[in-house]
Amino acid sequence: MPGASKFERLAYASNDWIQVTVEGQPVQVRPGDSAAAALLAAGQPAARTSAVSGDPRAPYCLMGICFECLLEIDGVPNVQGCMVQVADGMNIRRQQGAPVLNDSLAEGVPA
Amino acid sequence: MQATSHAARTADLCLVGGGLVGLAVGLGLQRNGLKVTILDEGDIALRASRGNFGLVWVQGKGDTLPDYATVTRLSARLWPQLAQRLQDGTGIDIELQQRGGLYLSLSEQELSAREAMLLKMQHQAGGEYPFQRLDLKQVREFIPQAGPEVTGATWCPEDGHLNPLRLLRALTELFLRQGGQIRNSGRVSRITPLTTGFRLATPEGDWHCDKVVLSAGLGNRDLAPQVGLSAPLVPNRGQVLITERVQPFLHYPTGHVRQTGESTVQIGDSKEDVGFDSGTTTEVMAQIAARATRMFPLLRDLRMVRAWGALRIMTPDGYPIYQASSQYPGAYLVTCHSGVTLGALHEGPIANWIATDTNTLPLEAFHARRFES
Repeated sequence: MPGASKFERLAYASNDWIQVTVEGQPVQVRPGDSAAAALLAAGQPAARTSAVSGDPRAPYCLMGICFECLLEIDGVPNVQGCMVQVADGMNIRRQQGAPVLNDSLAEGVPA
Repeated sequence: MQATSHAARTADLCLVGGGLVGLAVGLGLQRNGLKVTILDEGDIALRASRGNFGLVWVQGKGDTLPDYATVTRLSARLWPQLAQRLQDGTGIDIELQQRGGLYLSLSEQELSAREAMLLKMQHQAGGEYPFQRLDLKQVREFIPQAGPEVTGATWCPEDGHLNPLRLLRALTELFLRQGGQIRNSGRVSRITPLTTGFRLATPEGDWHCDKVVLSAGLGNRDLAPQVGLSAPLVPNRGQVLITERVQPFLHYPTGHVRQTGESTVQIGDSKEDVGFDSGTTTEVMAQIAARATRMFPLLRDLRMVRAWGALRIMTPDGYPIYQASSQYPGAYLVTCHSGVTLGALHEGPIANWIATDTNTLPLEAFHARRFES
């Protein structure tokens, strides 16, 4: 839901935009934005649900400390969204609880 | 003002040190009707209680001292009752789980040595010491993700684990709710035995008490001689790693790896003699991570999110000292490495012993005279 965000962009020297998807919805973001910022820009502040209580959680510290902004980015779970810069076409999804740990070795996938 | 604060600085009993040991003993003393104050050094202290692994562990403990095996097992049996009391009194679930634990081995030699040790302990316990040697196939009945390098494990149904930080919080909260005082007074610099009772010098002033219990971890080294006791303790560093959260797959604690109630995986069991340095090193973190991934190859894909070091409080033989001062009656030393496992023992029989000076425990075995010669 681009445009529904409560966050306002500051004036910015460059006019570049790239497109990512947040929960399947296309969102226009600036190169250099973090994935967590893309989530906030999309007006979808809930980054994840708690692995313990299931409650929704939103990006908080935005500097790599609090682990509240865990996202699934391009299929990789539990990524700190504030520590990853957006890339064109990036697929950003919420982290729903704790991911299942698959035994990639047992499945014959190279580690 | 002087008079008021002086009057406030008295207690039936002062505990020096507000970690897991001091708080557990403190709760048990309150249960015995004593007015208890804990003098705690503050956050510059070494804080073993904030860095430990959280096992409530039985198997293999006391192989060279059967009385230690006895009190360890007694504490494990008393734990459910204490956990319930903490839950009822504070609403805090300490995540106690005692469904058994496994000690995984990566070599046949290590596995056979452990089996021999546990057989000896079983014999010492008159046959009543439950454990089982498992091969890899049997290990996988408990933990399907055990890797092919695992030769087997020893299993003990009396082992378990809990969340040590929640435990610390629950003990603190219940102690305070029951009228206990915790003074972050700074380091107790001097204990002076008086005609009756003791005077404890702290940066915030002197405290007076009838009885004093030393539960200051490595700090007991300097305090014990002041009340006619001896605490020949040395630090031993353990480093711990925490991974990102994943769906529960490890349903039993192991000696090296456990999954917490919050779904992180905790990896530990390094042992280093590095003095009072509680830091971390890449080398040791890599070693314990490598061992854990040999045990559970699927951990290879996991990211680490935290690491820390903490100092174990070790006597020369690794066993506790539980001792009353004969020179200065009313002074006691309670020091051990396993503050989690022994927590229910400390809240129960050890606190009862201090409160009443009578006991049913084999305390002679834990006297520091065993280090003299």
